[in-house]
Amino acid sequence: MSSMDTKIIVTGSPQIHSRQSTKKIMWLVSAALAPSAIWGVYLFGLPALWVMMLSIGSAVIIEGLLNKNHAFETLKDGSAFLTGLLIGMNLPPALGSIHYFYIPIAASFFAIFVVKWTFGGLGTNWMNPALAGRVFVFFSWTGAMNHWTLPSRAGLDAISGPTPLGSLKTGLMSIGDNITGPISLLASEGVPVSYKELFLGQIPGCIGEVSALLLLLGAIFLLIKKIITLDIPLSYLLSFSLLIWIFGGKPFGTALFTGDVLFHLLSGGLILGVFFMATDLVTTPLTTKGRIIFGIGCGVLTFLIRFYGSFPEGVSLSIIFMNIFVPLIDYLIKPKRFGIKNNLGGKANA
Amino acid sequence: MKTMATFKGGIHPPGKKDLTVSGSIETAALPNKAIIPLVQHIGAPAECLVKPGDIIEEEQLIGQAQGFISANIHSPIPGKVIEITQVYLGHGPLADAVVIELEGSFKRLGNASEPKNWKEIPNDEILNKIKSSGIVGLGGATFPSHVKFSLPPGKVCENFIINAVECESYLNSDNFMMLEHPDEILQGIEIISTLIKPKKVIIGIEANKLKAAKLLKKRIAELNLDIQIALLKVKYPQGAEKNLIKAIIGKEVPSGKLPLEIGVINTNVSTCFAVYEAVALDKPLVERIVTMSGEALRNPKVLKVRIGTPISELIEECGGFKEKPFKVVSGGPMMGTSFFDLNTPVIKSTSGILFLTEKEINQDKMDSCVSCGKCITACPMGLNPTTIYKALDFELLPEALNTGLMDCVECGSCSYVCPSNIPLVSLFKVGRNEARKK
Repeated sequence: MSSMDTKIIVTGSPQIHSRQSTKKIMWLVSAALAPSAIWGVYLFGLPALWVMMLSIGSAVIIEGLLNKNHAFETLKDGSAFLTGLLIGMNLPPALGSIHYFYIPIAASFFAIFVVKWTFGGLGTNWMNPALAGRVFVFFSWTGAMNHWTLPSRAGLDAISGPTPLGSLKTGLMSIGDNITGPISLLASEGVPVSYKELFLGQIPGCIGEVSALLLLLGAIFLLIKKIITLDIPLSYLLSFSLLIWIFGGKPFGTALFTGDVLFHLLSGGLILGVFFMATDLVTTPLTTKGRIIFGIGCGVLTFLIRFYGSFPEGVSLSIIFMNIFVPLIDYLIKPKRFGIKNNLGGKANA
Repeated sequence: MKTMATFKGGIHPPGKKDLTVSGSIETAALPNKAIIPLVQHIGAPAECLVKPGDIIEEEQLIGQAQGFISANIHSPIPGKVIEITQVYLGHGPLADAVVIELEGSFKRLGNASEPKNWKEIPNDEILNKIKSSGIVGLGGATFPSHVKFSLPPGKVCENFIINAVECESYLNSDNFMMLEHPDEILQGIEIISTLIKPKKVIIGIEANKLKAAKLLKKRIAELNLDIQIALLKVKYPQGAEKNLIKAIIGKEVPSGKLPLEIGVINTNVSTCFAVYEAVALDKPLVERIVTMSGEALRNPKVLKVRIGTPISELIEECGGFKEKPFKVVSGGPMMGTSFFDLNTPVIKSTSGILFLTEKEINQDKMDSCVSCGKCITACPMGLNPTTIYKALDFELLPEALNTGLMDCVECGSCSYVCPSNIPLVSLFKVGRNEARKK
């Protein structure tokens, strides 16, 4: 064996592996989010960058401290970075003001320490950590979390103003005549917005949620790379759109089937939530059928919260709520086993 | 040809068949020293009939089958027995082996023999011939063929399915066999059909072997045979017998049962060739086609190799290595086993030897399960590998069994797709062994 001057390794089968890895998934999702995050900084200025630096930095540091023995390993897998990034992108840029510095840190702490690590770290959390962190600070500091900055371009002083969905909620309380939908309502409220502005992201909102265009590009990238599958996004978007289409006109006194689907798809955190948070591997069902049920649940809840809840925005709460149902969905929906009739994943009795 | 059918689940690993596809079957040099293990099949080891110093003829019986499920072993070369030793086989076990040094003359090699008209041979004699020639399933399972082709009383074979799928990446052994010996294969199929009397004969072949499929179809038409060809979508593990049956006839073999339960007999295409040679030429199984491939090998080839040839000699034949191999694999990359001793001999089940580089293997460290469900989508048996894994991890064997541990076919699809690199199949093998002991 003169030609063999190297060690040959021996393992169990299979002898080869796909190119997919958890690490790669986490970093590619972060990369897919980057354009939207950069757009947020461009739009809202340095305060937005400060918020994301705080949330990412604290998420990474807390992950490192909690897992001291394996810190290098779990930091390299990128999951803490991604959680921090998602938290930052889900916070209003107005938190960039220096006296709110503790809010992003508190969100990361809740996400990494309470949600992720009390149950054993990556893979064992039962709720999307980033969303849980966001919701935690949302209910803890409601005032600060509802303070929005108008797009200002970097460098200029920030002016505050409501988000389109926020204006919609308040506008609907005293609706005037000749208002047929969200776009005309917002115009009459003195905060006009066009579909183009909604699509491109020239609107107030959370740092990373404003540009539907850049988020969709990121989502297409993840679909091509086979990091996410279409089951949850499609069932989520379809069920939500359907409900909006049917009932969306009611608050404006118009008939059924006249809802402004496009406005609702493009505003708020829907695109960010649908493609980047409702598709989280850990907190979604195992089977395709289960994931479709999960997506429909998210769509229905988002509709209910946006239309009947007291908050303008319902994406985070819907996803978190459905996260809680995942173990139940997985218990009820099992893959069809080969060679077994009428099985519910139960014992082989053929 | 039928439209492209397939089964549910499965994966698409890189095909890599192009490494060898442009060549043809080359005959490897005879081994100077053949190492012939006495167990090359599923079942009891053959009993050694020779002792050191014996002079052996080509194709002489050196190992006698013991019991019902066992197979005869013949000498691939003429020569002198120099020792009875023990060797590790490519798939792991330690086996007794006869070492024969080449000397004397060949009785068959170089003398073309005239094929007999097997149609005149009675069935029990055909079955006996298959048995005495040591024919086993050449797809990898090495189940003694005479056992498979003896229908138990009361059983009827509705469908005889010939497995020409070769769904493992890299391998081209069956493909080349079909391209170069279509008539022998078809005759082998006819011989087996006289034994099991199927109502329908179907060759299942994947769409990446279109040339072979067309050639077989043409010869079937010209010879006016009643054999169908089912062209299947390319997907691993289409060659797993239960999935192949599902893909072709749409029926599922019940959990824990054999294909005969739904009237199917399934055999590998190269086995049909071996049956033809045994019955028409009186030739025992002493050689086989081996795909020598992998990115580490300088000149990947498909070789006709005498059983017992050490793999190191075949490496020379293929121009040695152009890169250091990281793994040496016997069989395909998904279900094959890795081994380290390059003096390991080729046996009846060696469909290929792969020399894989670190880049081809793509192995990473294991992470914790992120419950992504990719293993569920990939599993061809509709199992829930992540749940079985967690049950085994918590030492809840009954739970793992309820979730379908014993239905696992060890195809490796779940481990292949797992982003956390969890060695699911290896853990399942341990669990299955544990369960069988109880």
